[in-house]
Amino acid sequence: MTTFAWDRRAFLKGAGAGLLVVLAESAGVAQQESGRGFRGHEMPKDIGSWLHIGSDGRVTAFTGKVEVGQNIRTSLAQQVAEELRVPFDCVEMVMGDTDLVPWDMGTFGSRTTPDMGPRLRTMAAAARQMLLEQAAQAWNVDASSLRAANGKILNGDGSRSISYGELTQGEKLVKVVTAEQSLTPASEWKVAGTSAPKPEGRAFVTGAHKYPSDIVRPGMMFGAIVRPEGFHAKLISVDSKAAESLPGVTVVRDGDFIGVVAPDAFTAHRAAAMVNAAWDVPEQPSNENLFEYLKNNPETSEPRHPDHQSGSMEDGMRNAEIKVEERYTVQYIAHAPLEPRAAVAEWNNGKLTVWTGTQRPFGVREELAQHFSIPESQVRVIQPDMGSGYGGKHSGEAAVEAARLAKAANKPVKLLWTRREEFTWAYLRPAALIEIHAGVRRDGTLVAWEHHNYNAGNATINTPYDVSNQLIQYHPTKTPLRQGSYRALAGTANNFARESHMDALAHAAGMDPLQFRMKNLSNARLKAVLQSAADKFGWDRAKSNATCGYGLACGSDKGGYVATCAEVEIDSDKTIRVRRVVQAWESGAVINPNGLNNQNSGGVVQALGGALFEAILFSQGKILNPQFARYRLPRFSDTPKIEIVLVDRKDLPPAGAGEIGLIGVAPAIANAIFAATGVRVRNMPIAPEEAIPGIPASPFRS
Amino acid sequence: MANYELNINGRKLRVSAAQEETLLSVLRDRLDLTGTKYGCGEGQCGACTVLMEGRAVRACQTTVQSAAQAKITTIEGLEKNGKLSPVQQAFLEEEAFQCGYCTAGMIMSATSLLSERANPSDEQIERAMNGNVCRCGTYPRIVEAVKHAARIGALGGTR
Ligand code: FES
Ligand code: FES
Repeated sequence: MTTFAWDRRAFLKGAGAGLLVVLAESAGVAQQESGRGFRGHEMPKDIGSWLHIGSDGRVTAFTGKVEVGQNIRTSLAQQVAEELRVPFDCVEMVMGDTDLVPWDMGTFGSRTTPDMGPRLRTMAAAARQMLLEQAAQAWNVDASSLRAANGKILNGDGSRSISYGELTQGEKLVKVVTAEQSLTPASEWKVAGTSAPKPEGRAFVTGAHKYPSDIVRPGMMFGAIVRPEGFHAKLISVDSKAAESLPGVTVVRDGDFIGVVAPDAFTAHRAAAMVNAAWDVPEQPSNENLFEYLKNNPETSEPRHPDHQSGSMEDGMRNAEIKVEERYTVQYIAHAPLEPRAAVAEWNNGKLTVWTGTQRPFGVREELAQHFSIPESQVRVIQPDMGSGYGGKHSGEAAVEAARLAKAANKPVKLLWTRREEFTWAYLRPAALIEIHAGVRRDGTLVAWEHHNYNAGNATINTPYDVSNQLIQYHPTKTPLRQGSYRALAGTANNFARESHMDALAHAAGMDPLQFRMKNLSNARLKAVLQSAADKFGWDRAKSNATCGYGLACGSDKGGYVATCAEVEIDSDKTIRVRRVVQAWESGAVINPNGLNNQNSGGVVQALGGALFEAILFSQGKILNPQFARYRLPRFSDTPKIEIVLVDRKDLPPAGAGEIGLIGVAPAIANAIFAATGVRVRNMPIAPEEAIPGIPASPFRS
Repeated sequence: MANYELNINGRKLRVSAAQEETLLSVLRDRLDLTGTKYGCGEGQCGACTVLMEGRAVRACQTTVQSAAQAKITTIEGLEKNGKLSPVQQAFLEEEAFQCGYCTAGMIMSATSLLSERANPSDEQIERAMNGNVCRCGTYPRIVEAVKHAARIGALGGTR
């Protein structure tokens, strides 16, 4: 056992009698998928995670990760149950409460499965080993003659057994684990690898589950914010007399921040609407000049190193008989989680507690501590499992606003963002301009590949294909709108451009798009999913005609591999309908097939929105379509037949899968449209609801 | 502010609210029935769906005044003596949710549909449910859950 010092008050709070296992770990460097933003945190060097086995045999695992619908409350519990040899329903996950769980950077970038899973498994395996030794001592036998099963330690023939609870009765055992334990191989999994149901399922169907927006505190008031008329606005004047005359209403004014507190939400919004504020909104970019803006406004004047450079583009191009150069654009889109930002803030003797929906409870704690200049130990952020985020809830705007109002009102305050606020004052998936210049020999060998991404980021920017001459570069730019993470954000943009371009090259070389890809690919995992998808789809028989097109695309992101085939119907007035999507993907060993299928199929639907019609329209610092009536979301009627082929590689460690499901969809659809019509759309969305200024109008509707 | 008597889940509830206040705001903020969700406030997402005289309506588009006197059922009113309704049971068994935020509204729309058509076709399900958004994209499973609920209903499950 390692000696070890900690001062985390919270840490021992939840841990009564029983066995406490602590994982002390070395630093792991944070990864963030968007180009910039929430960098700078390293994992703390002290405590990584902990796990407790109570005298009643119940197991509690603590993690700073949060459940947003991606099913980690289930899949992490399965892994703990697996290594501890206890039934699945004996394990409870405590998540996202900064007073109870270990510090965590946040839940994004598909890191939970590859990082948190092994940690919890390590602790569970160590706990099992310790329990075996404990029993061996009690029975005076050799630990290797014993085994663990079903929450008990048994002797060889099973004639003698003792439950974990009994073993730890009345004791307070602490075990610190540092090294990797030997973990149960996926091929022997019994609980992990199965489709365990979501523990909250029943509360979802009865309406009993409390989302962040459902939290109620005694004496709670309701808040609303008076918003500026545009981004970067300066407040010129404000008249709040009328609002203040409403019974029970307080108007809170602090610099440019104007908020209202009222006894009920209806009155709060009415009062906010009655505040008469005048703002000065400066000139700023609009859709019209978005891509010129991105191209011409680098983030810094310092040149950035290419993300990848090999051979010489000049030589490559000289060698190429077929050359294609194109530019692709991707619009800003909104995450539009069905539950907008929400927070309930409460001050008690200088200590602030905030219930809020966020993917980064510790990040929000830091934001709050900084805003109020109080130590982080005086702030508790609690994240009830929320109405999702998709990368859109890293930040704590509503939490800070609710806390400001609560402080001024000296009462707990609930603040629920409206849909309009969520569209306007949250952040967006970055727009992208991508330029690709590539060359191919007549026999279909790729010889040169140049890829520039302006603004979106460098996730999956490197081509998975074999090309001897490459120049690949991400260019961070200044951005006209507030942007941040999004499920597979840069992966979607880079892969849309790359896979559309690969399709164009295949056609230019007169080759079948599948054959062309296979010829230039040596990555066995990617080839395997490509072949699986093509086989399931019936690619060989899929011959496009004017009204029906077939397209495919593939890609790799964060350790996972995906290939997507799409069937698209196009009618005489150029309305497109995606009829069928076959998606094969592989992300190592599968922990919960049912959950993973659900998430992956959902990823296809979500990607469909960005591929076909989602786009933020903006002008002079204003979002022009901040409502569902003007921001189309995928619905039942948009959903194609989705077939998921899940390649389970029990020999490989599990990778995160929340994002990989999105990146093949847009290019597969664009390629199918080209196959049917000969028209290549290089702008996402492919068939927007209304014309987007600044790009050529799409001939297609959806 | 005025006083209203609402008939919700078989109970008579008195509430004081502004005339033009929505049923959604009254349910959530004044009666603490938070199972009904806010998603857009513009009648576009269906998260706020409740039953009024057995028919699906959007609580965000219904004023408290127009809801008074009508029989309102919310997601909290479907479970009877600890037994889930067929639609709830089917959603649970199909795991027709990811984050679950749309689920209450989906279940209410499906309940309304199945009370009109015991055995809807895929097209009828699509048409009846198209006003409900699942941002997590769980649509295929929700369709399966509605069909599953129809089968439970046919076997005489309580509704
Ligand atoms: S909240 Fe009523 S339809 Fe969206
Ligand atoms: S399950 Fe998340 S919105 Fe439907």
